[in-house]
Amino acid sequence: MNFFETQHLTKAFGGLIAVNDVSFQVVKGEIHGLIGPNGSGKTTVFNLINGYYPITSGKILFEGHELNGLPTWKICKFGIGRTFQVVKPLRRMTVLENVMCSAFNLTTRRDVAKEKSLEVLEFCELTKKQDFQAKELTIGDRKRLEIARALATGPRLLLLDETMAGLTPQEQAEGVKLIRKIRDSGITIIIVEHIMQVIMNICDRILCINYGQEIAGGTPAEVANNQAVIEAYLGKE
Amino acid sequence: MKPNHWSKIIIVLFLAIFPLIVPSDYYRHIFILALMWVVIGSSWNLLAGYTGQVSFGHAAFFGVGAYTAGLCVTKLHISAWWGMLLAGPVSMVVAFFIGCICFRLRGPYFNLATLAIAEILRLTAIVWRDLTEGMQGILIMRTFRNKTYYYYFALILAAACIYAIYRVIRSKWGYYFVAIREDQDAAESMGISSFRYKTFSLLISSFFTGLAGAFYMNYMGFIDPEVVFSLYFISIMAILVAIIGGAGTIWGPAVGAFIMVLLQETFRSSFFGLFPKWVSQAHVLVFGLLVIFVIRYMTNGIVGDWVKIQRLWSKNKEQPLASTGS
Amino acid sequence: MDVFIQTLVSGILIGGIYALVGLGMTLIMGVMRIINLAHGQLMMVAMYITFVLYEYLNIDPYFSLLVSMPALFLLGVLIQKYLLNPLLRIESIIPQNQILMTVGVAMVLTEVMRFIFHSDYKSVKTPYSSAVLYISSIAFNFPMLIAFGIAMILTAGLFFFLLKTDTGKSVRATAQNKDAALLLGVNAEWITQLTYGLGAALAAAAGTLLLPIYYLYPDVGGPFTLKAFIITVLGGLGSTVGAIMGGLVLGVAESLGATYISMALKDAVGMVIFVLVLVFMPGGLKTLTKV
Repeated sequence: MNFFETQHLTKAFGGLIAVNDVSFQVVKGEIHGLIGPNGSGKTTVFNLINGYYPITSGKILFEGHELNGLPTWKICKFGIGRTFQVVKPLRRMTVLENVMCSAFNLTTRRDVAKEKSLEVLEFCELTKKQDFQAKELTIGDRKRLEIARALATGPRLLLLDETMAGLTPQEQAEGVKLIRKIRDSGITIIIVEHIMQVIMNICDRILCINYGQEIAGGTPAEVANNQAVIEAYLGKE
Repeated sequence: MKPNHWSKIIIVLFLAIFPLIVPSDYYRHIFILALMWVVIGSSWNLLAGYTGQVSFGHAAFFGVGAYTAGLCVTKLHISAWWGMLLAGPVSMVVAFFIGCICFRLRGPYFNLATLAIAEILRLTAIVWRDLTEGMQGILIMRTFRNKTYYYYFALILAAACIYAIYRVIRSKWGYYFVAIREDQDAAESMGISSFRYKTFSLLISSFFTGLAGAFYMNYMGFIDPEVVFSLYFISIMAILVAIIGGAGTIWGPAVGAFIMVLLQETFRSSFFGLFPKWVSQAHVLVFGLLVIFVIRYMTNGIVGDWVKIQRLWSKNKEQPLASTGS
Repeated sequence: MDVFIQTLVSGILIGGIYALVGLGMTLIMGVMRIINLAHGQLMMVAMYITFVLYEYLNIDPYFSLLVSMPALFLLGVLIQKYLLNPLLRIESIIPQNQILMTVGVAMVLTEVMRFIFHSDYKSVKTPYSSAVLYISSIAFNFPMLIAFGIAMILTAGLFFFLLKTDTGKSVRATAQNKDAALLLGVNAEWITQLTYGLGAALAAAAGTLLLPIYYLYPDVGGPFTLKAFIITVLGGLGSTVGAIMGGLVLGVAESLGATYISMALKDAVGMVIFVLVLVFMPGGLKTLTKV
């Protein structure tokens, strides 16, 4: 049984096929990258896994369980967390409260949720800002918050959607450090990213898609040298 | 925040002994109404201010509660006080169905739907004469002649309502409600079933509003569809009460209730008899102008902006402006 | 059968005027994303203007259009400019401020009119108010026929404005994507004012056209606001063609209800339709669920 896999995942919006027969497996404990040019369907794949969009056809299996048709919140309870490309902080709550909302996924008690939240904030280096209103945070901190919130739900699989976008090189380096820390703590990660250095650096394996279809998969080195991938990004000669 | 603490205690004490020190039935009546509006406003605030579901049809629950109590007398031939026990559950049942229809809709469409349903209930109450006596209304014998009993009843109801809401807000549910308000999609990704929790919020909100309606039946002794299902004087009033005091705060609606009731009464009585009669005619106009004024200049209400004002004055950032009071 | 056709005809005639009401509301809804709960009250103000012009200056209602429409247009622009637009800049816990503001406006308009004109019913009886035109045993109420014709002209005019003129295209652009429109140089503030004014003017037209066959009193606005949003919900919020369809459907439904059920429950028909639409949500209303 694979830790996580999709089988012939397909999504059509009316006549437009955004995701076409995508099948891939993710091994437990790895960081699996998902790349592709703009509009290739990466975020759509996430939205399908997350339950945000209904699947047109195909299967999604997590630890052997089929996730088709489940609502987003149930998928979260199953153990899949997710960050959004355009971050969605709960603006009028403090950083701590934001994370506590997630922590309540695992408990009903406020003190337990608070304790867990403080742990997660510590892990994400946001402790100093716990009483800040989410709307007051810088973009870098908002991205941390986004991750902290996903972590506090206690996921075994984490979907990271373009977390590095809009960050300075310094912030990106810190982001990479955090992602590695997350994997080291036992959480499997699927990461969608545009920034090549980041992806090639941290991923164990990568899947490249274009126009909703798989075009290459394998180790970073294999994918980087793959002709189809190069063409997808740079165009044919 | 010590001075604030003391002023709160004084206010509570004053309310507790009010009917004993003020013998006038007229002022007791005003305070009883104000306390009733504390309940309605706080209930609406739970659903709208905290959970972000802005209902324009809370009259539905008030009316259902009032008629539950009234029908106890006309159909079941038992005291209307039984209505106080039944109104809560009955309102919740009605609320559940309303939620099923309306929670699929977002934003202004949700507001419209709640408004429409309250209007439909109003029309139903008018037309279904066999059940509700239609426009004739329901008239019952009041149990107590002395308003003091009703006052304390209302006071206890208001206190219970605020306390219940306070406990809910500080619990897991409270956090979930606000998460849904802030970003429903993010909330879902955090494991929160938005439908389930919106429904919980609605059930609590309708429960207390229904109770207020049943209380109204018992206290006033007379109800009719135009009064208890009124769009402007129940639904919109509830919204104003919460907004003027401060939506999304615990004490906002309580403050708003007293302000709104006192203001209304001031105009209805032509400034307690000081001004000529025609001023009284204008009290609905004043209500409308108040809506415009409050929305335009005071959207965060007195309590809502109070903390902000205090923050501006004080140098330290102690209490965050969080609406969950953690 | 004759009765049925007669009912249909009456329904369609009034439906054409309802369409004007719906168009105004849907325009406002499309551009500003708010539900104008003062729509019926704007109509009511126009009706009083028309009434005054008839009572004191003997101006025929159809000519009053030239006064009531611009007057309400101006009122609409002012309301949008001073009361609604400022709300956009405030971030508040309750995002539906604008809708609440329109409720306040509705109340104020109603009470001011009540203050001036009192609550008694007024009506306008022109020499041709009860004139009937017969086409093969189907009676066409003359004022209604004229009203329908004018309504069609106004509707056509609106479509021309939206499709062919630059300003009209700016309105449509703002309705589709306000930010993009802003980037393209559209003065969104002015467009929202124009749109509200236009919506008000259309409501005014409907009110003026309906006056010869309706009783006028300050609270007449309420039921019309209700009809306005039933029509727009029926047709699909923001859809101009939908508003026309919705208006006609409501007109016919009410007419059928009045003939075959009872005159008194005519208004309830609209409510029932509204609930059915809400519960079963056919096609065009699917857009509601992901605003």
